[in-house]
Amino acid sequence: MRIEEHPILTFDRGREVEFTFNGRKMKGYEGEPIAAALHANGVRVLSYSKKLHRPRGFYCAIGNCSSCLMTVNGEPNVRVCTEKLREGMVIETQQGRGDLK
Amino acid sequence: MKHAEIAVIGGGPAGLMAALAAAEMGAKVTLVDRNSRLGGQLVKQTHKFFGSEKEYASIRGIDIGRILATEVHKNPNIETMLNSTVVAYYPDDGVLGIEVEEKKWVKMKAERIVVATGASEKYLLFENNDLPGIYGAGAVQTLMNEHGVVPGKNVLMVGAGNIGLIVSYQLMQAGVNVKAIIDAAPSIGGYWVHASKVARLGVPILTSYTVKAAYPNEMTGALERAVIWRVDDRWQPVPGTEKVFNVDVMCIAVGLSPLAELLWQAGCKMMYVPELGGHVPVRNDNMETTVSGIYVAGDVAGVEEASSAMMEGRLAGLSAAKSLGYDDGTYEEKKAEALKELENLRSGPVGGKIRKGLAQLAS
Repeated sequence: MRIEEHPILTFDRGREVEFTFNGRKMKGYEGEPIAAALHANGVRVLSYSKKLHRPRGFYCAIGNCSSCLMTVNGEPNVRVCTEKLREGMVIETQQGRGDLK
Repeated sequence: MKHAEIAVIGGGPAGLMAALAAAEMGAKVTLVDRNSRLGGQLVKQTHKFFGSEKEYASIRGIDIGRILATEVHKNPNIETMLNSTVVAYYPDDGVLGIEVEEKKWVKMKAERIVVATGASEKYLLFENNDLPGIYGAGAVQTLMNEHGVVPGKNVLMVGAGNIGLIVSYQLMQAGVNVKAIIDAAPSIGGYWVHASKVARLGVPILTSYTVKAAYPNEMTGALERAVIWRVDDRWQPVPGTEKVFNVDVMCIAVGLSPLAELLWQAGCKMMYVPELGGHVPVRNDNMETTVSGIYVAGDVAGVEEASSAMMEGRLAGLSAAKSLGYDDGTYEEKKAEALKELENLRSGPVGGKIRKGLAQLAS
């Protein structure tokens, strides 16, 4: 959910863009982190772990911990907490290590 | 190969102040940061700072970040490299390897280096601690205050230090319900002013409690429920004292550990000091490490507040410039001033832990 009113902050959002998450169409703002756009759309499970296939969300949100790796435009292991959202991005849940095509 | 007189790595409070101080002495500085904007984690600090006017007291962190970044951008002695991550230091020839925009590889030889890379959030050990919905408290602050997205509806905050208390208050400002703040320690670690603010809003602060387990929603796989239990005076959990919270978010605010990879690569002598967050570099009172020419400042040198990070940055910047011969006669006075500021910031009962940690480092 997005914050619309805040006692201290105003949010200078980019233009609204469309992207897909596992084939589903979603909307977000250009330039915001992919993880923030997904979270605003109610998506919290970003990938599944390598050995036990446990669901993973983000943890640090600033590019340190690698808990948020997803496949973006076919490229695996993208840190979506820092990668910026662009129009038409194809974002997919990553299973394990991810495959380079 | 790129050349720099002084390379400052990290554009948070410590790095910004280091760059400005070195430039003020007349040195040429290259400031490198992995983000697309300067300010580090100041960009999410909506609370007003303490300290004295030298650390911008009573101004909100976000505004301090903007002020310092503006000064850096207009300073002719400072070149800024954004979207640039320093991923390597080659000790044989003192060269830095920098990945620019994840595509380009740039090598840079710097005569002096100030490492101000900050810290990362620690985890806590309990059953299912990896569920989506369990986030670092700083992560939630980033999501809310920088990107304007709330993490969920109901939060359990783990940690009653300053970060736990401040983020709890900010969650409520964003309209999120904070069910409780818990801490395994027998007393509240953060400033009373922050604790009183959340207590006044009716949030219970439960000391001597830790997390027993977290449980997922069967459908989504994300956090749905958290169970806490009391710990005795030897930190052992007491069965039968469990409390259950229906929360979709748990914030972990149990401290930070220095992001010291570059210092390890450089061969700086490191020491394990729990009071300072983990392994920290041994250094002199100029903030120079055991590797000549490599300086440190901010959380990477020992986890503290942004105010002390700024002063350490200033000290490191001044000293790095001085070592290159930049001194118009004001160095000693400015250094003494910065040291005095640091002493003030670390005085009193709240600074006790830091003083103890620094004493170990000096021994």
